[in-house]
Amino acid sequence: MALVLNEEQRSLQDTAKDFLSKQASIASLRKLRDEHDPIGYDPDIWKQMTEMGWASVILPEAYGGLEFGFLGLGVVLEESGRTLTASPLFASAVVGASAVLLGGSEQQKQALLPEIASGDLTLALALEESHHHKPKHIQTTAKMQSNNFVLNGSKVFVLDGHSADKLIVVARSNGAASDSAGLTLLLVDRNSKGISCHRTIMADSRNAANIIFENVIVPSRDILGAVDEGWSVLEPVLDRGRVAIAAEMMGCALEAFERTVVYLKDREQFGVKIGSFQALQHRAAHMQSELELCRSVLMQALSTVDDAPEQLPLLASLAKARLNTLVKLVTNEAVQMHGGIGVTDDLEIGFFLKRARVAMQVFGDTGFHKDRYAALCGY
Amino acid sequence: MEDLDKFGLEVRDWLETNCPASQRQPMGPEDQYWGGRRGTFPSEDAKIWFERMRDKGWTVPEWPTKYGGGGLSPQQAKVLKSEMKRIHARTPLYGLGIWMLGPAVLEYGTDEQKQQHIHAIINAQTRWAQGYSEPGAGSDLASLQCKAEDMGDHFLVNGTKIWTTAGDKCDWIFCLVRTDPNVKKQEGISFLLIDMDDAGVTTSPIALISGESEFCQTFFDNVKVPKENLLGELNKGWSVAKALLVHERKLMAEIGSDSPRHILQPNVAAREYLEFENGKIMDARLRDDLVEYDMLMQAVALTHFRTFEEKSNGVRSAAPMVMKYVGTEAEKTKSELLLAIMGSRGIGWEGDGFTPQEIDTARLWATSKVMTIAGGSSEIQLNLIAQKVLELPQR
Ligand SMILES: Cc1cc2nc3c(=O)[nH]c(=O)nc-3n(C[C@H](O)[C@H](O)[C@H](O)COP(=O)(O)OP(=O)(O)OC[C@H]3O[C@@H](n4cnc5c(N)ncnc54)[C@H](O)[C@@H]3O)c2cc1C
Repeated sequence: MALVLNEEQRSLQDTAKDFLSKQASIASLRKLRDEHDPIGYDPDIWKQMTEMGWASVILPEAYGGLEFGFLGLGVVLEESGRTLTASPLFASAVVGASAVLLGGSEQQKQALLPEIASGDLTLALALEESHHHKPKHIQTTAKMQSNNFVLNGSKVFVLDGHSADKLIVVARSNGAASDSAGLTLLLVDRNSKGISCHRTIMADSRNAANIIFENVIVPSRDILGAVDEGWSVLEPVLDRGRVAIAAEMMGCALEAFERTVVYLKDREQFGVKIGSFQALQHRAAHMQSELELCRSVLMQALSTVDDAPEQLPLLASLAKARLNTLVKLVTNEAVQMHGGIGVTDDLEIGFFLKRARVAMQVFGDTGFHKDRYAALCGY
Repeated sequence: MEDLDKFGLEVRDWLETNCPASQRQPMGPEDQYWGGRRGTFPSEDAKIWFERMRDKGWTVPEWPTKYGGGGLSPQQAKVLKSEMKRIHARTPLYGLGIWMLGPAVLEYGTDEQKQQHIHAIINAQTRWAQGYSEPGAGSDLASLQCKAEDMGDHFLVNGTKIWTTAGDKCDWIFCLVRTDPNVKKQEGISFLLIDMDDAGVTTSPIALISGESEFCQTFFDNVKVPKENLLGELNKGWSVAKALLVHERKLMAEIGSDSPRHILQPNVAAREYLEFENGKIMDARLRDDLVEYDMLMQAVALTHFRTFEEKSNGVRSAAPMVMKYVGTEAEKTKSELLLAIMGSRGIGWEGDGFTPQEIDTARLWATSKVMTIAGGSSEIQLNLIAQKVLELPQR
């Protein structure tokens, strides 16, 4: 377990910081938003990100990956959280790639992972069916018919759902609506017959979609993992996603916080810098304390993915819950401490506020993870 | 590195033969040995253990052998510490002499002062008290008024110190005293060592809300203190005190390293005092508070590990600066949570209507209120974070 970065990871962090702040700043996100960009991210930027190897940070060398592990991925995601960069990094290179890595056959890994790494293929996980994260509660059905599965149902809040090439669909092949047994993960082209995709415009100007499946035919070989046993792949995939998004949220919180501290040192009222008011100082100092606690939690969770996967469920829920709470506190305070200018669209602080709220909902809100942590602790 | 491994094996061997089995058990406050003229050993084994460690110099592993210390390098001392931790060996001797005054004397003392005080600390002949705070000088410590006048061959000390921990059991007290009232407040303070048996020194215990009265007010009434008891230069006491702060922080970290006996944890209490249904606590509100607390404590523990790792890797971060605030506030949260979980069984004060553990819980709850006041209050900690970490402007 490592709670400090090594040389390699620090250098990756420097590269990421440098590239993202120059090429993919919040101004780019604003532009994508204002121009109603149909894809919702800049393919050129994504291309460059993959050329730097960011989509293969967690992949084993055997599949053309860098094998830097989750701590390595964490620094890239954290930097992308600072710049709020829209890209398939999370949905495809973390969640999608993990599903293939953990559930795919050797053949599927050989075929898919290098393509994910190069950015030529993007994936999205079609999981949620209601407005709250309930990963076991799946009513989309996958029924065997001769050598195919037939998919029926509908999904919401599919991140990158409208732009991904392939979808990983969580479907019920067996069992009752909220059993963890009886789930199967199916890999389908997003353009398959019977799929209708409706892009949803989210507060954070990033991508998501509602997707309906009507008698979609999926060859039975196109599943990840075993039939009915999708949960054993899905749960660790979700946990990796939770830790990864927590890293992004750390970047989001840090950037919003640092910008606020700069403002406290700059803005004057009553003839003094507002940062000299103790009411604001104490709130800022409290946030610094929370950031420090979250930093340790995040580092531990990231290293747990690689070093102690048996502890991952507990650490992933700890990280997601704590980072949810942090990012909510910090983005709210950031707006408040900027005063009137804080609620203008011109100031970028609002982008952090909005991204935070969306990220908080991804793969479980605070209540979901507190409940899960308590259950894992046996109460 | 190889040498260090070899040293580790030697230490392990030595501890195996020399640390009595009873000294490897979890302990309570009554099992601690603090030394001093009035000090008594909690048990025969504690005495044996202390004497063996003292003879090795390992009650103060990093102090020079010249004065009876262990002469270990920081790396070796770390090895010793982790080997002791491995077998849950108790700390053989507690005291502010080891943690605070000794390091200050080694750094600022004259040869005579070292000869006089260091041996006495190592041999547990003197137990030291800290005399900083005064009734009128708490958070604003530099405004202290207890004065030492230069009478030629001695100082004449008049004034009072408050919150002297174990003042009535200590032999000597290290004090911050005002030696120049006419300059900026930090610049007129000196660091003085005073024998508490001297004429004119009296103590009077203060009863706390927890029922303890370990703390005293100490009065100095025309106390004659020899000139050679000045530590460091005249009017430079504030720098000595600031240097000591570093050691004080280390102390806070170390106190927690012995394995404490039967301190009730909220998730354990929950099993005894709350109703469960299908493996879940039925009271959703308390379950939520409990999980919030458990998550917080895991985050705090991980942050302790991180600061440790950062230190050994030479990485600097703001984490150490927030630990006092975060840790003590968490202790208060824990006590409040225990009370909530235990309901009316958590607020028993004495007598046989409650188990000893229940009464302990109530008393510890009252004690927990001290933590965010003593040693720099939470508000002062937040001021420090704002100033030192965030570098926010000052008024
Ligand atoms: C049980 C106990 C044991 C102790 N042991 C020792 C000991 O062994 N030796 C020793 O020398 N001292 C000891 N202390 C003293 C301790 O360090 C002081 O109590 C502490 O520094 C606070 O000072 P005060 O009690 O005078 O409170 P005050 O300084 O009067 O504080 C009152 C309130 O005002 C707040 N406040 C003060 N200044 C500011 C500011 N600038 N900004 C915002 N808020 C502020 C405080 O946070 C607090 O809430 C002990 C105290 C206790 C309670």
